[in-house]
Amino acid sequence: MEHYISLFVRAVFVENLALSFLLGMCTFLAVSKKVQTSIGLGIAVVVVQTITVPVNNLLLNNLLAEGALTWAGFPEADLSFLGLIVYIGVIAAVVQILEMTLDKFFPALYQSLGIFLPLITVNCAIMGGSLFMVENNYNLSESVVFGLGSGFGWALAIAALAGIREKMKYSDVPDGLRGLGITFIVVGLMALGFMSFTGIKL
Amino acid sequence: MAFDKQEAKSVLLGPLFNNNPIALQVLGICSALAVTVKLETAFVMSLALTAVVAFSNLLISLIRKHIPSSIRIIVQMTIIASLVILVDQILKAYAYDISKQLAVFVGLIITNCIVMGRAEAYAMKNGPFMSFLDGIGNGLGYSILLIVVAFFRELFGSGKLWGQTIFQTVSDGGWYQTNGLLLLPASSFFIIGLLIWALRTWKTDQVEEKD
Repeated sequence: MEHYISLFVRAVFVENLALSFLLGMCTFLAVSKKVQTSIGLGIAVVVVQTITVPVNNLLLNNLLAEGALTWAGFPEADLSFLGLIVYIGVIAAVVQILEMTLDKFFPALYQSLGIFLPLITVNCAIMGGSLFMVENNYNLSESVVFGLGSGFGWALAIAALAGIREKMKYSDVPDGLRGLGITFIVVGLMALGFMSFTGIKL
Repeated sequence: MAFDKQEAKSVLLGPLFNNNPIALQVLGICSALAVTVKLETAFVMSLALTAVVAFSNLLISLIRKHIPSSIRIIVQMTIIASLVILVDQILKAYAYDISKQLAVFVGLIITNCIVMGRAEAYAMKNGPFMSFLDGIGNGLGYSILLIVVAFFRELFGSGKLWGQTIFQTVSDGGWYQTNGLLLLPASSFFIIGLLIWALRTWKTDQVEEKD
């Protein structure tokens, strides 16, 4: 149990996808003008991340990894080079299915989250989550925890940035720095803040 | 399609400063910044991305009239993902050390918004040759920013360029005290923020409106 808590905390703070691996930056910078919308996007990322990382983990271990096809009579097959195309396929499919399910059964939720779902397919944080899962050889339960944690960390970061940007309306920023430039610098300062969690172990 | 030299030039060189994909369109920052600690990795990453954008633009533009618009995203994704796998395999075969350092970031070219963005915005509407040029131009615009950031980070962060010592560091018995901040991921944000400031002071029409 301790192992999982430690993994979760590490995924949320120390190895925050947005602030220490700089993933999902496009949406991170584009959709962080209002707290409300950024929380919506954050929740969508948590949901998609928690589903796709374990699903990709299952596919990797049962179909793609070296020797994984032994059950089908191909003990020597190594399909791991197909990984990238499979992961992105899974992500696109999960996003599509989620969108249709929400539309059918939870129309209210679809109204608020629907517009963000297509954005998520090309969010590097989602793809990055799956790739880090492969890199670190997580097993199924670890990948569930990692998916949840990394998604939550990303959501936390975007909500915090949106809060800062809302306040920034009142500040007088030099012309050339207005908008994108100052946002970059704020994100840099936030990343420094998150670095103080480095080395925390539970 | 008639070949227009003027247009070709603006398509190729426009993205460098006037319409830089990172500084103005806010595309493709995702995977890029983490690989800029060293000039060498940044260079390989730029090369990989430029190749992928150029060829994905070319291929998508060739079949653009046959793609039904309802499934175009998935078709584009498949083409891009195949190209990225190709690049990944080539890097693993010929530059194994660098591909280890780049780790997951080569794979993340798939979700790099520049590739998708250009496919959607340019290659779906224009001929193959122009799309190819547009891909190279945007790849270069991305590369130039990546390489400038990597130049500062490697030179001041570890006193080296391309692995060669430029400033003798204190730990090696020299005089240069390295700036550890530049080795952290956060520093790339500051450098890009300042670069955008510099670019917009030079080209004032890129300054954003007050909201």
